[in-house]
Amino acid sequence: MASAKEIKTLVFGPVFANNPIALQVLGICSALAVTTKLDKALVMGIALTLVTAFSSMFISMIRNHIPSSVRIIVQMTIIASLVIVVDQVLKAFAYNVAKELSVFVGLIITNCIVMGRAEAYAMKSPPLMSFLDGIGNGLGYTVLLLIVAFIRELFGSGTVFGVEILPLISAGGWYQPMGLLLMPPSAFFIIGLFIWVLRTFRPEQVEK
Amino acid sequence: MEHYLSLFVRAVFIDNLALSFFLGMCTFIAISKQVKTAFSLGIAVTVVLGLSVPLNNIVFKQFLAPGALDWAGFPDTDLSFLGFIAYIGVIAGLVQVLEMFLDKYVPSLYNALGIFLPLITVNCAIFGGVAFMVERDYNLAESAVFGLGGGIGWTLAITLMAAVSEKLKYADIPAGLRGLGSRFIMVGLMGLGFMSFSGVSL
Repeated sequence: MASAKEIKTLVFGPVFANNPIALQVLGICSALAVTTKLDKALVMGIALTLVTAFSSMFISMIRNHIPSSVRIIVQMTIIASLVIVVDQVLKAFAYNVAKELSVFVGLIITNCIVMGRAEAYAMKSPPLMSFLDGIGNGLGYTVLLLIVAFIRELFGSGTVFGVEILPLISAGGWYQPMGLLLMPPSAFFIIGLFIWVLRTFRPEQVEK
Repeated sequence: MEHYLSLFVRAVFIDNLALSFFLGMCTFIAISKQVKTAFSLGIAVTVVLGLSVPLNNIVFKQFLAPGALDWAGFPDTDLSFLGFIAYIGVIAGLVQVLEMFLDKYVPSLYNALGIFLPLITVNCAIFGGVAFMVERDYNLAESAVFGLGGGIGWTLAITLMAAVSEKLKYADIPAGLRGLGSRFIMVGLMGLGFMSFSGVSL
């Protein structure tokens, strides 16, 4: 059984020290389009964390029975089934958010974080550790998503989780919203700057 | 005809898969730093996208959509929840068949694309294109045009970005921004550039 310290590194390591987006360059595709609002980002983060954790666990459970020549297809099938479950649950209980996320829930299937962790960790580790590894990497993704979404929603539309913080001029307040932050490219700027900040504090991550 | 032309232009420039929806970024940001490789990858994506979108359209319309199994005697069946698994299966199968076909009949192209072909299965641009086709309810001809246009737009964006990052090698960038950071910001700036197309009315 793993020690408490190992579990801590597994779960919290990927949040800042080894962030899946900022350092491992995984899962960028769907990360950016869902960050205009905090609630969208939160739902997406939770969905991805669950899919990563459970797919890692299931793949790890049967890892000794998968022939290596067809492993990608086996992994894909497990991941796709989990994503279908998540998609159906979202459609049933959070229809509006599911509608706004549109194709991006489905895109979790091709999200490199899920495949990457299955291939890099779950194929050679016991189920419980793989589950925690999935949770950790999902958390790293969620945290980054939430930071980006917080900046974009607060300064782009003056709200946090839909609650008004900065009253807009159009609604009789004083704040002129920055329209640029609601546009897709701003997510790239924010993540780029975030990486800069992260690497200033952790110089060992700087690329040559 | 005009309808298809405007759909094509829209798919290439305005709804550019790479720069307005960020699809297929993982592959690019992680791998390519050269125009030549980026272009080969783009061609491969265009071919797979152009084939898999209409193919999945047939699968969706004939088997999965509500009431689509009428011909088999199941008028009330709705299998659309099986969509994701069916699409990814079709894409993976298509890539495999394409690889074998190119290996046998067009070896020069096979050698040029070689390592990129298997990677395309997990390229989000392909799956994203298919998912958009289902969501926007395109018919067969529209989805063929959309797939082709989306692929060409992706190739255009990726090649341009690779060209910029080739030049960027000679720039003196602050240490923390080197590599990944500068690449993100560069993609953002290119996205801004492509946004100017959104004013074009069709």
